[in-house]
Amino acid sequence: MVFLDFEQPLESLYEQLDKIRQVGEEGEIDVSVMIKELETKIKNKRKELYNNLSGWQKVQISRHPERPYTLYYIRQMSRKFVELHGDRYVKDDKAIVGGLANLDGQTVMLIGHQKGVNTKMRQFRNFGMANPDGYRKALRLMKMAERFQMPVVTLIDTPGAYPGLEAEERGQAEAIARNLFEMAQLRVPIICIVIGEGASGGALGIGVGDRVYMLEYTWYSVISPESCSSILWHSWDYKEQAAEALKLTADDMHAFGLIDGIIKEPVGGAHSNPEEMAKLLKRQIKKAITELSEMTPEDRIEARINKYAGMGVYDVVSETATDDNNNVPSDEK
Amino acid sequence: MGWFRRLREGIQTATGNKKEAPEGLWYQCKACKETSTMKELKENFFKCPFCNYHVRISSKEYFGLIFDGNYETLFDNLRARDVLQFTDLKPYPQRIEETMKKTRLTEAMTVAKGKVNKRPLVIAAMDFNFIGGSMGAVVGEKISLSIDHCLAHRIPLLIISKSGGARMMEAAFSLMQMAKTAAKLTLLAKAGIPYFSLLTDPTTGGGTASYAMLGDINFAEPQALIGFAGPRVIRETIKRDLPEDFQTSEFLVEHGFLDFVVDRKELRERISDLLYLFDEKNRVLVADAEND
Repeated sequence: MVFLDFEQPLESLYEQLDKIRQVGEEGEIDVSVMIKELETKIKNKRKELYNNLSGWQKVQISRHPERPYTLYYIRQMSRKFVELHGDRYVKDDKAIVGGLANLDGQTVMLIGHQKGVNTKMRQFRNFGMANPDGYRKALRLMKMAERFQMPVVTLIDTPGAYPGLEAEERGQAEAIARNLFEMAQLRVPIICIVIGEGASGGALGIGVGDRVYMLEYTWYSVISPESCSSILWHSWDYKEQAAEALKLTADDMHAFGLIDGIIKEPVGGAHSNPEEMAKLLKRQIKKAITELSEMTPEDRIEARINKYAGMGVYDVVSETATDDNNNVPSDEK
Repeated sequence: MGWFRRLREGIQTATGNKKEAPEGLWYQCKACKETSTMKELKENFFKCPFCNYHVRISSKEYFGLIFDGNYETLFDNLRARDVLQFTDLKPYPQRIEETMKKTRLTEAMTVAKGKVNKRPLVIAAMDFNFIGGSMGAVVGEKISLSIDHCLAHRIPLLIISKSGGARMMEAAFSLMQMAKTAAKLTLLAKAGIPYFSLLTDPTTGGGTASYAMLGDINFAEPQALIGFAGPRVIRETIKRDLPEDFQTSEFLVEHGFLDFVVDRKELRERISDLLYLFDEKNRVLVADAEND
């Protein structure tokens, strides 16, 4: 088990539990009562800790090394899955996976960022940081889904699009921009769920949808708290403040109307009970598909574009002589 | 061996104190360090007369260079709002107020409507000295309103990008401007109204990864820095030096992401040519469809 820094009280309780178990195994002393007591204590402590999480602590949970990733959820949710590879231009990006899955009879195109489960795999998956090829693979699969009228489901979990030399050569910006453009007009339902980290354009590149949800302990923003601290505070030490300032939690995002809902996680986070998490996730996806399939493609696209067009808050001032322009009214009027 | 030793390397000016548009009588080129008069510079389309370096200029100067003369600014009444109550080293409203005073602009984008060789055009141009040309809700809404205006009047749109990326003080709201502008641009594409994207120095981050890369025609001024990630971040990530011309306009043409590079001297003429070629009167298929 991996404990996060704010989970220290839990770690010592688990240590005690281990010791008592050992004693129980060695001798004739009956420890069952003590074990029961400790387990209740652990349960309560966990609840207490997880009821009062700061923004930064949620960021930490979203990055927990034991947290389930896209391929885990796909295997849990779908009995059959055929993974599809390659963007048909350059290569197959390992940081974005996708393919045909089936949720209790409904075939869907499931696409998501994929992080590695151990050191070797983390490198293989490039830590979930996609290159342009990943975004283009995702788009190819979405276009295929559109042809065969399958809903698209995307699972978002990335620390950002990869800032590399080849990424720039092959047009990282163009690849993301193209996905935003095409996803806005895709004729099939799109459901997007942030399952871990939702960092900036790298997340949004597969994140434009009719329904966008976040798991309870995930984050979604324009930049990671660390980078934000580095740029605005000129130091890496203000990540906690940055995490608060960015208002990047699921609760904040929902309150701002920038996402459509929050999917509850088991107490202790998705990693404490991945099977249960997969069930909750699947239930929400199926519900959204049912709702969205009642609309025509035209209505869905219109609603989708209107949703995004309405995002952004600003003030409107009365027209005053603010500019000293030489703007003689044009004769166009 | 001299008697004096330089303690610091060169002149160190804080970013905040750097001047964007050159003022005064003289201009010293950032690239070749040669000095010319402001008059010479202006007459040379704000390019260095010695090395052709394209000086960073403001939205107003672009309007002056491109439009026939008169133009009308649109959507000037939008102002940033501090929804997040964001405070880094200073509160966001204070930052906005100071920037407005310093730049005499109201936001990082100004929209204007005018004519180029008698053909109408809407230009949405960014200003880098307004918080690094960052894209917040106002920039997104101005693009959105420009698109509505172009749709209603069937006028082509030109966006002149000059942006460091999304505006961090508006966090996820600024991120969603990427989706918003891209989604709205699909409406222009469906209506068959051309959208031209001019990328100028510098265009990086969220702007590049949304509207700036989505032009029917993407073009840039010479030697502009254009990319998704900034060069410093890339260098730190890959831990090796970057090629000389990396992320320049010419590099992007070579890799297939821009249609052409245009010298500022020819900018107006090139835009005029595009407006002529895309003019519905010169497209027999469109004209026929409308007559039916």
